[in-house]
Amino acid sequence: MAGPDGGAPAFGTTGSYLDTFPGSQGAWGWLTTVDHKKIGLMYASAMFTFFLVGMALGLLIRLELLNPGTQFIGPRAYNSVFTLHGVIMIFLFIVPGIPAILGNFILPLQLGADDVAFPRLNLLSWYVYMVGAVMAIVSLFTNGGTPDTGWTFYAPYAVTTDTNVSMAVMAAFVLGFSSILTGMNFITTIHRLRAPGMGFFRMPLFCWGLYATAWIQIIATPVVGITLVLLFLERVLGIGFFDPSRGGDPILYQHLFWIYSHPVVYVMILPAMGIISEILPAFSRRTIFGYKAIAISSMAIAGVGYLVWGHHMLTAGMSDTARWVFSLLTFFVAIPTGVKIFNWLATLYRGSIEVRVPLLWAMGWIFLFSIGGLTGLAQGALATDIHLHDTAYIVGHFHYTMFGGAAVGLFAGMHFWFPKIYGRMYNEKRATWAFGLFMVGFNMTYFSLLVIGLMGMPRRYQDYLPQYHTGHAISTVGSWVMVSGILLMFFNLWRGYRNGKIAGDNPWGATTLEWKTTSPPPLLNFATPPTVTTGPYDFTEILEKGHDPEARS
Amino acid sequence: MNGASSYAGLVDRAFIFILGTSVLLLVGVTAVMIGFIIRYRRSKNPNPAQIEGSATLETIWTVLPTILVLVMFYYGWAGFKVMRDIPDGAEQVTVKAKKWSWLFEYENGKESTELMVPVGRPVALNLTSSDVIHSFFVPAFRLKEDCVPGRTNHAWFEAIRPGRFDLLCAEYCGDQHSAMLSKVVAVPADSFDAWLGLDSGPPTGRQLLDLRGCAACHTIDGKKLVGPSFKGVFGEKVTVMTDGVERTIEVDEDYLRRSILNPKADLVGGYEDKMPEQRDLVTDEEVEAIIKFIKGLR
Ligand SMILES: [Cu+2]
Ligand SMILES: [Cu+2]
Repeated sequence: MAGPDGGAPAFGTTGSYLDTFPGSQGAWGWLTTVDHKKIGLMYASAMFTFFLVGMALGLLIRLELLNPGTQFIGPRAYNSVFTLHGVIMIFLFIVPGIPAILGNFILPLQLGADDVAFPRLNLLSWYVYMVGAVMAIVSLFTNGGTPDTGWTFYAPYAVTTDTNVSMAVMAAFVLGFSSILTGMNFITTIHRLRAPGMGFFRMPLFCWGLYATAWIQIIATPVVGITLVLLFLERVLGIGFFDPSRGGDPILYQHLFWIYSHPVVYVMILPAMGIISEILPAFSRRTIFGYKAIAISSMAIAGVGYLVWGHHMLTAGMSDTARWVFSLLTFFVAIPTGVKIFNWLATLYRGSIEVRVPLLWAMGWIFLFSIGGLTGLAQGALATDIHLHDTAYIVGHFHYTMFGGAAVGLFAGMHFWFPKIYGRMYNEKRATWAFGLFMVGFNMTYFSLLVIGLMGMPRRYQDYLPQYHTGHAISTVGSWVMVSGILLMFFNLWRGYRNGKIAGDNPWGATTLEWKTTSPPPLLNFATPPTVTTGPYDFTEILEKGHDPEARS
Repeated sequence: MNGASSYAGLVDRAFIFILGTSVLLLVGVTAVMIGFIIRYRRSKNPNPAQIEGSATLETIWTVLPTILVLVMFYYGWAGFKVMRDIPDGAEQVTVKAKKWSWLFEYENGKESTELMVPVGRPVALNLTSSDVIHSFFVPAFRLKEDCVPGRTNHAWFEAIRPGRFDLLCAEYCGDQHSAMLSKVVAVPADSFDAWLGLDSGPPTGRQLLDLRGCAACHTIDGKKLVGPSFKGVFGEKVTVMTDGVERTIEVDEDYLRRSILNPKADLVGGYEDKMPEQRDLVTDEEVEAIIKFIKGLR
């Protein structure tokens, strides 16, 4: 923006947010930044590191399960490894992942704002997250060693085990605060900082996804926080909340845990759905089909999602009435998800579709998430869930939804916004290879689990009966293919960041506000604060004037 | 995997409907997605149509799935209802789960480590646990119900053909979770009655190792599990921790008795303090029988 008298442009409205200026150099500059974009990248570096560690642990689990019997890690170590894998992937990566990384970077840009509502609080959230992460790591090596309870910390096992569960649950407690703070920040940002002319129903759908997510973060996270504190008190002070030998109730723990942990699957998935809703219109050059239905179904999922937690406990001994009520409600929450899938397909109808890497990932997402959602139906129905509960089928199902849904959504978003974030492009051919390897490996790994689970293979088993061998072996080989795809993807993005060819401001011809500023954006995001006169996916201008992917301003 | 319980057919019917519909929907979604992407590729269709939505279509694809999932719910509920209605006069068996063994107690007090059941007669299960949560899972019967400490859960089944069916612990319960396996042995009803009525006298030391769950952690062939093996241990000199002080003792009858009743007293070096006190769980005669058996294990 020009100065008041037409002089030099105001500070932060030109250049790139990655440029240094006094006070922004070096590690100190990063650690004290309140720029939402840099904070997003700081989350990215921490979270992808954890993701790679979690992935290595996952590989280890698969390797141990290649053959029946003990391969090279015994039962005790195996139990710690799958617990760690779960804790890292859930609490440190998937739950906070998309909001913290892409939400932070993209949300203010999409709203036409120069930052989130509370930039300093945003930085604090990052520190709180890091404190929680460090506590989780410390818990591995202190006071009894690596927790062996599974990421669910079920009582009374978690009350009685001598591993360091106390520290681990307090780490999850602290991480919850980071989540709550981010949620509050995003809600305020969305309510207060939308560009002039941008009503709620002119907001891009990624913002809607983050909005619904933020409400869940605020409302549900305290419940798990309290639950974990109770568990901590029981372990440290011996108060009988959950252990029946002290007069507690182990089922109470499960209720409290899942009241949070079911809604939180939508914290993982709603932002990913938002990303898909951005990518499909961008590559088909047409408006999204059923904008309002998609926006409102996000809120519906967030709402109904609170009432279905009991489907995690259908064999725990709840009353039969409770069981069928939870089953019925679970089916209702499937409907808005189905509606979204149909709306996305209809968005492709009569579009002008260009298949580029982000669209490939989005298609892969629709395929994997459809399997994830559809396999969930057999778990929602009572008779079938009794058989499937706590089997490898569940493991397959939630990897299709959480990994195939949430994490693949993040991968899709990374490929979509990469040129915006770094102003450079990755190698698209290599990216396509990475995607192909990933898809093949992913389905080998997890579809086999669905099959052996249906055959009765329980989850969290270090050893297994011979009839499950084939399925386990295919799954393990698949994990190697999948991991090579993931590593190739990260390598490719890294190369793109280092020396990819310079990207235009709007390489895909997309319409939301983040594409109307430079790549990478200036510190304060826009040279001139944008105003909004149309819905988010209005391609009139691009179709009339044509589109130059290389253009830079 | 053929179902072997009276209600397995109902469960499988629900599976076939739900999984069948799911496969159709998946194929449909994928085919439409790929079809559109080929048909409307930019080179062929440079001018997109800006269709904002369609109230009719959106209503259809909200209502149809709603009906579909309600049918799924119905099938699930119908199978489940049968599972939960325990027939009168069913054979009562108490299931006692603990880390990491199963024990079954029949109406007349008889105990076994594999669940013996009569074909064609309903069996009601009273599921209990004495430590953490376990879960009674028989895939061939499509039956699973948790064993929760501090309460008794209920379930039932009727085996429709003889056979030995896998019984697995499905709720994670610690180190030997994946070894917490047993069998349901379905035999013709008259053989079952004969077996149940057969008074085979008090169990031997060897049988007690299974019945009391010792065998989950201690082998008799020298292999180390969670605890030391019993093989050749009698008369050996071992290092133990007594009140935090290390000392060497010889394994004699007294030591074995102490280790069963109060395992913390002298903990063998290299093993964790994991074994629960057995004071109220075994009788004096049983302890003596076990000691006698261990003495003979050379
Ligand atoms: Cu759930
Ligand atoms: Cu168990």
